[in-house]
Amino acid sequence: MAELMYREALNQALDEEMKRDANVFLIGEEVGRYNGAFKVSQGLLDRYGSARVIDAPISELGFAGMSVGAAMVGLRPVVEMMTWNFAILAMDQIVNNAAKLRHMSGGQLRCPIVFRGPGGAGGRLSSQHSQALEANYAHFPGLKVIAPATPADAKGMLKSAIRDENPIIMFEGERLYAIKGEVPEGEHVVPLGKADVKREGKDVTLITWSRMYYFCEQAAQELEKEGISVEILDLRTLRPLDEEAILASVRKTNRAVICEEGWALAGVGASVVDIIQSKAFDDLDAPVLRVTGLDVNMSYAANLENAIQPDAPKIIAAVKQVLYRQGA
Amino acid sequence: MASAYSKDLLLTMYRKMFLIRRFEERAGQQYGLGKIAGFCHLYIGQEAVAVGTNEAIRPDDYMLSAYRDHGQPLARGSDAGMVMAELFGRTGGYSKGKGGSMHIFDIEHHFYGGYGIVGGQIPLAAGMAFASRYRNEDRVTVCFFGDAAANQGALHETFNMAAKWKLPVIYICENNRYGMGTAVGRTASVPEIYKRASAYNMRGEPVDGMDALAMYETVKDCADYCRAGKGPVLLEANTYRFRGHSMADPATYRSKSEVEEERKNDPIPKLRAFALKKKLAADADFEAIEEEVKAQVDAAVKFADESPEPDLEELWRDTIVEEGEEDVRPRQRVLGHNVTNWPSYPSGQELKVTWDLEPREQAEKEDKKAGLVR
Ligand SMILES: Cc1ncc(C[n+]2csc(CCOP(=O)(O)OP(=O)(O)O)c2C)c(N)n1
Repeated sequence: MAELMYREALNQALDEEMKRDANVFLIGEEVGRYNGAFKVSQGLLDRYGSARVIDAPISELGFAGMSVGAAMVGLRPVVEMMTWNFAILAMDQIVNNAAKLRHMSGGQLRCPIVFRGPGGAGGRLSSQHSQALEANYAHFPGLKVIAPATPADAKGMLKSAIRDENPIIMFEGERLYAIKGEVPEGEHVVPLGKADVKREGKDVTLITWSRMYYFCEQAAQELEKEGISVEILDLRTLRPLDEEAILASVRKTNRAVICEEGWALAGVGASVVDIIQSKAFDDLDAPVLRVTGLDVNMSYAANLENAIQPDAPKIIAAVKQVLYRQGA
Repeated sequence: MASAYSKDLLLTMYRKMFLIRRFEERAGQQYGLGKIAGFCHLYIGQEAVAVGTNEAIRPDDYMLSAYRDHGQPLARGSDAGMVMAELFGRTGGYSKGKGGSMHIFDIEHHFYGGYGIVGGQIPLAAGMAFASRYRNEDRVTVCFFGDAAANQGALHETFNMAAKWKLPVIYICENNRYGMGTAVGRTASVPEIYKRASAYNMRGEPVDGMDALAMYETVKDCADYCRAGKGPVLLEANTYRFRGHSMADPATYRSKSEVEEERKNDPIPKLRAFALKKKLAADADFEAIEEEVKAQVDAAVKFADESPEPDLEELWRDTIVEEGEEDVRPRQRVLGHNVTNWPSYPSGQELKVTWDLEPREQAEKEDKKAGLVR
């Protein structure tokens, strides 16, 4: 198996799917001659030409909607958003059209489209460029929302997303593009809607996704030194949530902490808590805790930026709290 | 204007315009009876736009519209009973009653929907046109929108791309002079909407939207232009809605005399007078059509009334496509017709994409000029 960067894994997925199916095209700002703002589309223009790797004008709503129209008549667009911050301008097309076409047409239409791009905070960019927005999209029936943490999942889930008949929202980790991992070659597909136990443990379950997985892993390693065995459940898909996997893990460890980069209020983690307390309350030995980004706008100042985001020490403190090893 | 119209064409247009008029009058009446709810935007007065356009394009060309969307599918040939059943929120509707008045979809007749967000359908049409070019099909896409929708950013973003990429799409602005209660000139810095095309180096022109034949001639010419790969078109069909914005609107923002004046321009008697004058049809022809259409619309209302409400089970269908799930063919589902002309598209293996958005030689030339080596 090859060691690939997250961005290379995505590039491989795009390349393989474009080769497999000429209905697949990629559109977005700077995806062509510039080879992608984050170099995910490196080399694709040369291989597939300008009708299939399209440099769009800075018109997020326009090219998102145009791609939805193409998907309505059977093409399979992959729409790269330079970052999800800018996709806010395209929200009408994603939410009011893509997510609702099948319903409003009474099952006549389908919309096989992938909206993908980097999400998440950090990098000293202040409020407008630094936010984890997945909860916004997880809210809408008609969309599937995915957020892989590892290069292998990134490749396998993008391939599944491109083949899926529904509109997919894919959050990549802006700060994960350069991380490396083993990635199976060729036909490696990861099913959507399935969480993954990334680390087996017996004392507590850490539930997370995307970049926060790495903080959880760091915390688990620290905690192991103190004799605490942590299970890490990487949700991978945020809509639909893999209830079965969540419940199975919590029933095993009887304790859970959810780590989410986004804001606490109306976050995805809130729904995970709801699933656990309504279906596995009797299995719990402690209240479920959440470690989230603070409910404030992101600051530029380094110390404030750090304080806003979850990190391993915050996760460790929460784990100790649910184990009653440390007070609130 | 060419004058060699066939009797068949004139009578077909008359039949469709009269059907839309009659259908809408009955829809208004059913709204009053509480059988139709929500917003119900009638098309009365604008019939010539949909019908003239439809007769000028091919049945397999794509069409889509906004929320004032009963007229276009009827012009395309959709089943009047099923459109009415959709307005009633019944199983017999095109979307099983899930879409209602603002969201009629009839994919069998290549009508890709009505949309409730002002201007939201404009980018979709460019995408459908893009797909036609991508697959080397010579289809055009026709997209209707209102004068107020012309002020949405979606239109400007889309026109820029459609013109740059020469997409085969005909945008038809149905300028009925009001967006809800606001007269065009009060919100548009350039109230002649067609002029906006010039900002995108795109063909744009006005057309008399109260004249079915003018619509027919102009759209025919535009369709040829699009099919020849010359790019998109913006037509501004100057028309008038005789009723309020929706059934909930008494339309007090315009004067009685204005409406009376416009009613003299009614496109339906106009077409009839033309045909009589040219001796292409006789009064008896029109009277027969009117009787048939009245019976057709009565039957449509009866069909809608007798159609059951959807099962609660339907709540859980048609949101996410499950693996292996087929698309619903409404006429097959409701009337048992064997619908065979359902759109099918080439698989990825069969498809050869030969089109270049930015031809390579040109790109390389530009790079060289800029001192870049590729
Ligand atoms: C984005 C958006 N803003 C506002 C509305 C409310 N609204 C519905 S129709 C309408 C007027 C639109 O007029 P126009 O585009 O001229 O179409 P017409 O009704 O004349 O056919 C408004 C403001 C809406 N549906 N969507």
